[in-house]
Amino acid sequence: MENNLKAGYFPGCSQTGTAREYDLSLRSVAEKLGTELTDVDDWNCCGATSAHVTNHTLANALAMRNIVQAEKQGLTEMVAPCAACYNRLIVSQHETQIHPELKKEIEAILDSKIENPVQVMNIVELFTKIGADKVKQAVVKDLKELNAACYYGCLLLRPSDITHFDDAEQPTSMEELIKLTGAKPVEWNFKVECCGAAHSIARKDIVVDLSKKILDDAVAHGANVMVVACPMCHTNLDMRQKAIKKEYPEHKEIPVLYLTELIGLALGMDEKELGINLHTVKFELKKETA
Amino acid sequence: MTTHTSTHASTIADEIAEKTFQDVSLCYQCGKCSAGCPVRYYMDVAPNKIVRFIQLGFYEEALKSSTPWLCAGCQTCSTRCPQEFDLAKFMDAVRELALEKGVKVKEQDILKFHKAFLHQIENFGRAYEVGLVAEYKLKTMHLFDDVDSAPGMIMKGKLKLLPHVIKGRKAVKDIFIKTAEKKQTKK
Ligand code: SF4
Ligand code: SF4
Repeated sequence: MENNLKAGYFPGCSQTGTAREYDLSLRSVAEKLGTELTDVDDWNCCGATSAHVTNHTLANALAMRNIVQAEKQGLTEMVAPCAACYNRLIVSQHETQIHPELKKEIEAILDSKIENPVQVMNIVELFTKIGADKVKQAVVKDLKELNAACYYGCLLLRPSDITHFDDAEQPTSMEELIKLTGAKPVEWNFKVECCGAAHSIARKDIVVDLSKKILDDAVAHGANVMVVACPMCHTNLDMRQKAIKKEYPEHKEIPVLYLTELIGLALGMDEKELGINLHTVKFELKKETA
Repeated sequence: MTTHTSTHASTIADEIAEKTFQDVSLCYQCGKCSAGCPVRYYMDVAPNKIVRFIQLGFYEEALKSSTPWLCAGCQTCSTRCPQEFDLAKFMDAVRELALEKGVKVKEQDILKFHKAFLHQIENFGRAYEVGLVAEYKLKTMHLFDDVDSAPGMIMKGKLKLLPHVIKGRKAVKDIFIKTAEKKQTKK
């Protein structure tokens, strides 16, 4: 295929463990679309929530080590499919760009210059870059049975003056993307509401409450599947449905797909190839009755 | 009336400004942030009041509140603030200062979670979920929470029994040492 995209890939810790299906589905989909992903050499954890809530210098240094690694490899753009990693990387990069004293401090800690030529993309931006036409041409299965609630959560969009990605309150880019597969996006109210994020373990009660509200709103607006772009959101919305069910036995379960899994299905891959069988709430497309 | 906590009186607002590159006086207390905060219900003080405490010099009240610890960092507040005050970033700085000043943190489980998480990165360069959960459980003694999901996760290959250690482990360890030293010299 001509004009194939080459991009760096920052997997992030979740993709090597609890969200390994996100990694699996992204790699398979990228390959199908002729996109060559190069892993960032010896990447480290971006620091996630725990670093920036306790020590901002540590948070910036951990994130920037990855940017420097990518730079040294000669990468000019890289995708960070985890919305939380994406956010940490792009925010730290921005801060070091606009605050010279911070940049100096981080350079001293890393013992390395920061040039900052690497453009960090989120997962939706990767598909935009690959091109709607290309995705559309590769679709072999019409996903019209899916009424999907696209969930953006917090970290894909905010802070909008740094991410420069979609409308911070009424985003539509995921909807546009999934329409290419025949899936029907539903209109609903909780696209950008927080799921409780990193409180999943220490304050499961909060995550159960917040996630339930999000899932209920999706169901109330006719969704039969949720689509997400973040492992943390996925854990809270999918895995935590067990805890939700325990607390609210009447809870109506709804499967939660990663954006890459939904696209993978449309490109003709099956649930197992994409790792959808690893989810807590089961999902399968209707089998065609010949 | 509560008295000003005078020991750090001239510095905490400045330290926050230094950490966040913004001035707390920007906030004019409209309350929009608290109105849209998803975790307001669980907090002991509304988010905008924490800003008010700092503006007025009631530092202890701000630093000992559960609010910064319960803040999920969603940035809904920062996105909607008419003054473009980045409250989420402000909350980061308040938490950081609470730790630096040795204030007793109300939300111990949340703090222990973050510490356990950072220990994994410090030791291996990446988050190691089994180590994280083990350390968190031991420190909080919540030994049996979520035990039902662990075996399933191991079967699915989602929880690795051994950590992945990156080659740059020492470089990452150095980052931890240098950023901790910086705090020491500041004290
Ligand atoms: S929305 Fe902004 S100005 Fe209004 S109270 Fe909150 S921080 Fe202050
Ligand atoms: S960032 Fe924190 S304070 Fe602001 S809305 Fe979100 S949870 Fe509330």
